[in-house]
Amino acid sequence: MITTRNSTISTSAGPENGLRLDVRKCLGNFTLQARLSLPARGVTALFGVSGSGKTSLLRLIAGLDRPDEGVIHIGKRCLVDTTRGHCLPPHRRRIGVVFQEARLFPHYRVRGNLTYGMPASARSRFDPIVDLLGIGRLLDRMPGTLSGGEARRVSIGRALLSDPELLLMDEPLTGLDGARKHELLRYILTLTRDLEIPIVYISHDPKEISAIADHLVLIEAGGVVASDSLERVLSRIDLTTQLGGFDAASVLEALVTRHDDEYALTHLDLGNDQTLVVPLVDAPPGARCRIRIPVHDVALALSSPADTSYRNRLDAVIKRVGTLQDSPTSVELLLEVGHHPMRARLTRKSFDELGLAEGMPVKALIRCVAFDMRHL
Amino acid sequence: MLTPDEWEAILLSIKIGISAVGWILLPGIAIAWLLARHEFRGKALLDGIVHLPLVLPPVVIGYLLLVSLGRQSWLGRWLHELFGIALPFTWQGAAVASGVMAFPLLVRAVRLSLEAVDPKLEAAASTLGAGRWRIFLTITIPLSVPGLLTGALLAFARALSEFGATITFASNIPGETRNLPLALYTLIQSPGREAAAARLCILSIIIAMLTLLASEWLANHARNRLRERDT
Repeated sequence: MITTRNSTISTSAGPENGLRLDVRKCLGNFTLQARLSLPARGVTALFGVSGSGKTSLLRLIAGLDRPDEGVIHIGKRCLVDTTRGHCLPPHRRRIGVVFQEARLFPHYRVRGNLTYGMPASARSRFDPIVDLLGIGRLLDRMPGTLSGGEARRVSIGRALLSDPELLLMDEPLTGLDGARKHELLRYILTLTRDLEIPIVYISHDPKEISAIADHLVLIEAGGVVASDSLERVLSRIDLTTQLGGFDAASVLEALVTRHDDEYALTHLDLGNDQTLVVPLVDAPPGARCRIRIPVHDVALALSSPADTSYRNRLDAVIKRVGTLQDSPTSVELLLEVGHHPMRARLTRKSFDELGLAEGMPVKALIRCVAFDMRHL
Repeated sequence: MLTPDEWEAILLSIKIGISAVGWILLPGIAIAWLLARHEFRGKALLDGIVHLPLVLPPVVIGYLLLVSLGRQSWLGRWLHELFGIALPFTWQGAAVASGVMAFPLLVRAVRLSLEAVDPKLEAAASTLGAGRWRIFLTITIPLSVPGLLTGALLAFARALSEFGATITFASNIPGETRNLPLALYTLIQSPGREAAAARLCILSIIIAMLTLLASEWLANHARNRLRERDT
């Protein structure tokens, strides 16, 4: 059916090498029950409202809490197996954690914090990681003198230098103001590009997740509602309510093919000869980038209109049609454009007037300005 | 300025005080840690026993020490036969008596500061690969240093001024167990030595004040070093 995206997750890094878990834990008034298999590379976002059990799940993975029953594996390594009474303590799991608050040790300088968990084998990575995070000039400072953003960066560096096999990040941008948030998110983005280590990223902010996640796990009331590539989860019409915060948008990865310097435009390939034209992007031809198309910025036509300011007219096929309970005026559509699922939202009236139905070929009209390149 | 007798009493007091703090330091930290970080059966009982010296008449403590550590007791005999240590009527015995009396003060201060150490930092250390001992030695203890210093100095001040348990257990022997309070008591008992007694009294006040000031200063200094704040 819908062909998969040009994924960064190759088969060799498939779920069998990643984190696998099947756990249950009673937490006061609700039970956390999760069964997951995550890719061994890239960023997996755990998304859910506050109190849905994201952080509790993270604590089970890190070993800060024990599940009532269940198993947790990383690749072939068994971290927890309650049937055998096996539960590795946190310090033997090789899982780095970046907590919501930086949790730097106040009595060590930044350098001491960074090297606290660093094994001799990771010594050569000290300088590259310090450079990557831009914390070189902070090394001799005490943590109490750092700004919020700086402290978070040091805490990320500290976790990375402990040479973990998996990095957990629990809402690392919480409490930072807009500019700092943006800055730190850029550092994290760089890091996900440059390092091989898989990251599990907890957040309740759709913007953050759209910007960095490859894989999305949707958590609700202690259970896993969906776990799949970001693109595919966001294209699921049945999850529109849970994904409300994502402003119903399609996130897709595209290939930069060329730049049109005269008009300051960039051409992106979506596969099957479908080309998107967007405002000039600072990325060389051949680079992959992620774009975000809100459902409201997609219009449909039966034939290619001649007179329109819509720059992008793409060949699409309607794959599925759905309605939302709380919004009787509109119709949710799942299209296939090139190799990608793309969502659109029309009023029911225009849907009926155009006589649209599943399986029909249409033209998807996308406004030039509707592109959101891989940052907030 | 000071007479040889006064010097003797002061130096002996300091020696006994330091030894007393020295021997109670590790058990004090261990028990404070148990009380601060663990739930177990008999916790209230242990807490009560630790605090007994604070509420019992010191003479009772001295008497109990004499019964349990004296030459007649099996523990005392064992100490004497194996290590050649005799506690009653020796300065070591005075150190034991002062230490027991100072113990609750040390435990209380250390416990408070252990409780103030954020367990989140210890959790962070464990995710960085540190085991229990490493966390205790590199995170918990260093972050409790202000409380440890306060506790140790309070205990020292208490040991300096220890009278009842010492005179009961170690007696009042010049040059061996006669610390400042005992010397002062002896002078008060002797007719015509009021002036000398007054001198020792003033000395006691000065030493106690100095200890308290030192405790405050050290604790503040350590706290500032630990928590350099944003400016």
